[in-house]
Amino acid sequence: MDALQVKKLSVAYEEKVVLKNVNLTIPVGHLTGIIGPNGAGKSTLIKAILNQLPNKTGTVHILERPLNPKDHTVGYVPQRNAVDWDFPTNALDVVLMGRYGHIGMIKKPSTKDKQIALNCLKDVGMEAYADRSIGQLSGGQQQRVFLARALAQEAEVYFMDEPFVGVDAATERTIIAILKDLKAKGKSVFVVHHDLQTASDYFDWMILLNQTITASGPTEQTFTEDNLQEAYGGKLFFMDQTKSNKSFN
Amino acid sequence: MLTGNLLWVLIGAILLGVAAGLNGTFAFLQKQSLVGDAAAHAALPGIALAYLVFQQKDLPLLMLGAAITSALAVYMIQWIVGNSKLKADAAIGFVLSVFFGIGIVLITIVNQSGSGNQSGLNDFIFGKAATMAKSDLVWLSSSALLIILMCLLFFKEWKLMIFDPVFAKGIGLPVERLRVLLTALTVLTIVTGIQAVGVILMAAMLIIPAAAARFWSNHLGIILVTSALFGALSGALGTIISSFRTGLSTGPIIVLCAASLFLISYFFAPTRGFISKSLKKKTFKQRNVAKEATNHE
Amino acid sequence: MNEFWVLLTGSLVGITCGLTGVFLILRKTAMIADAISHTVLFGIVVAFMITQSLSGFWMLLGAAIAGLLTTFLVQVLQSGGLQEDAAIGVVFTSLFALGVLFITLFAGNVHLDVEHVLMGEIAFVPWDTWDILGFSMPKAVWMLLFVLLLNVLFLVFFYKEIKLSTFDPVFALSIGLPILAMHYSYMTLVSLTTVAAFDSVGAVLVVAMLIGPAATAYLMSKSVSGMIIWSMTFGVTAAITGYYLAKLWNTSIAGMMAAMIGALFMIVFLFKPHDGWTWKLFKRMKLKDTNVHV
Ligand SMILES: Nc1ncnc2c1ncn2[C@@H]1O[C@H](COP(=O)(O)OP(=O)(O)OP(=O)(O)O)[C@@H](O)[C@H]1O
Ligand SMILES: [Mg+2]
Repeated sequence: MDALQVKKLSVAYEEKVVLKNVNLTIPVGHLTGIIGPNGAGKSTLIKAILNQLPNKTGTVHILERPLNPKDHTVGYVPQRNAVDWDFPTNALDVVLMGRYGHIGMIKKPSTKDKQIALNCLKDVGMEAYADRSIGQLSGGQQQRVFLARALAQEAEVYFMDEPFVGVDAATERTIIAILKDLKAKGKSVFVVHHDLQTASDYFDWMILLNQTITASGPTEQTFTEDNLQEAYGGKLFFMDQTKSNKSFN
Repeated sequence: MLTGNLLWVLIGAILLGVAAGLNGTFAFLQKQSLVGDAAAHAALPGIALAYLVFQQKDLPLLMLGAAITSALAVYMIQWIVGNSKLKADAAIGFVLSVFFGIGIVLITIVNQSGSGNQSGLNDFIFGKAATMAKSDLVWLSSSALLIILMCLLFFKEWKLMIFDPVFAKGIGLPVERLRVLLTALTVLTIVTGIQAVGVILMAAMLIIPAAAARFWSNHLGIILVTSALFGALSGALGTIISSFRTGLSTGPIIVLCAASLFLISYFFAPTRGFISKSLKKKTFKQRNVAKEATNHE
Repeated sequence: MNEFWVLLTGSLVGITCGLTGVFLILRKTAMIADAISHTVLFGIVVAFMITQSLSGFWMLLGAAIAGLLTTFLVQVLQSGGLQEDAAIGVVFTSLFALGVLFITLFAGNVHLDVEHVLMGEIAFVPWDTWDILGFSMPKAVWMLLFVLLLNVLFLVFFYKEIKLSTFDPVFALSIGLPILAMHYSYMTLVSLTTVAAFDSVGAVLVVAMLIGPAATAYLMSKSVSGMIIWSMTFGVTAAITGYYLAKLWNTSIAGMMAAMIGALFMIVFLFKPHDGWTWKLFKRMKLKDTNVHV
């Protein structure tokens, strides 16, 4: 079974075409990295897959079916959460929102839903902050809460846009452990990632992107210097010389 | 046909339109179009207070009162937004309605003291351009001219201040003072126009021409000129049309002329207009379909 | 007895608007309420032009449709690339101007008093009664009770949905919540609330009641439910104190209620423990002191 199948996807903002003729087929059960320079269209690709952009052509299938939010198969952690941080709500409440799709309209969250939310908060190491107002958390803590919310969705396929931005090394390890755990449970996870040093370590599948797909496949086959040079358009220096953990922005 | 007074009304309306068009553009770019609305409503308690204090209906005195409470309202909006988690929309709505409420409380007291009359209130809410005295119109015109002059003088500074206040401060512009000056001019515009077109429609003069002009260009200079032009055109057309029939109040007609210009801009402006945008979307789809077809071969 | 009805009407306005206003503040659409309260005039005039009657029902319908039309037009202009504040400003001032024009053209000799629209006549509420199910109560009270019921039902059924689509619309959409339908249902409620309230207290007080108590409650609460309770409390408090002060000074009741809303807000804004303005000022001064001593 394929977790994701994209055919002839093109996307434009206003008049500018930013994704051209994207074709992808990725089987279930992989932790997939989406890699490419700034402005390559990574966030755009995810938004297009989730049917959030008007100007697009082509087809997308998730678990071999067109996207239907009512299936509750997809979880999404956006790059920057455009939420109102002053909203009167606390961390646990936000995680509980991940259950709303399952609860359905009109009905109230059950104790089981609350238990799941609490467990997810525990998984990301934030149970101590359950009652804290969302605006009073640090950036990294907020990021973890939104990851917990995605976990609470109990989806089959996850899309996460740069979940590691602004989190410390320990948190990054926690999160990657959780993602690998999801993979072990047979879920499919797509992660936009910028750090090429850690990429091959984290992901077993790789999509290299720059306006169009330059490579897609198992990491050992796709994560080659040639492919990277192509995706980054020569801007990339020799991989082995950049051990200093620089990012390529 | 252009009898003496009508000519003056026409000149006044055109100058007011230009002044509001220029000033409104700066407010629009700061995403503060509705602050003008609040400031206009907040003129009411000032007018009533001035009347209570001085016990006479001298226009300059009433206008002074209006200016003070308008400015206070703008300042209060900024103060609330800067010192609490409330967002601009809530602060504006709050200040607007409370000031207007207080205005009504005061006007009621004025009316009960016997000397004022109810119709005076209506004049300030809806304006009475067609029946303004010539001396008032001269006052209006010179004040509008002053506003236009200031907008031309500080064009460059305000542009930078709105676009990037931090950078503007960095290169040594007195950003705070510039901001105060801009606010003062907005208040002056409102106070100037309030007697002619009224509280609510004065807000329209500040908002609509600027919003319409935005559809025509991405250049501040061109937007300003277009907005001023739209303002002048609405003022002129409105005055002339309303003179055709007695009983047509000038204010609403001016606003409706501005609204028509807005509709034209919204639909027909090149590149940013609705029609041109829809066409573009269509060509994108067609181009892709065509490409897919060739890919298949 | 008359005083009782006036106070009851004022309190019902406080409760209903306080409840509806909470999500206006949270959704950052407070100014749409202002816009609707102005365009209601347009709806009433058009309803009169079509039906040639001043019956309450047609006025209500006309006003509710005008409210929805306002919301819809603002949405259209926004999706056409105009920023929100300007879109709101363009729509309501244009419709208001059209309303005023229609009055002067077609309804000049009828009692369609613009001052009434702006300020209401809450003091006359007790004399305009409806008999329903054998009860005789002022029309305003009936209408407010009905709209309050609608508001409560909406929140009972869709509380978590409206909360989520307010907090994080992108996520709400991704789990399949009909956020546009939620938006329009809610805005219909705002329109109905506006209409029911403004007939007795006028357009100005409606805006004050919708925005003021909820804005004050926003400063007080850490949860949406807490905010709702505070907001209704502030609304009722302002209505009752406003009434008695207006009586004391013999002035406009609606205006005085709006002024009291302002006063309540300022008290909370300035003096709320820990994050009131004076409190913060005091803390800042203390910080400076310690800095100097170190
Ligand atoms: N709302 C928008 N309107 C117009 N153009 C946009 C919009 N959002 C993105 N773009 C353009 O589309 C292209 C792809 O953007 P996208 O956000 O998908 O990049 P990305 O790969 O996620 O970059 P980053 O690594 O910086 O997050 C960029 O050139 C960007 O300028
Ligand atoms: Mg991105």
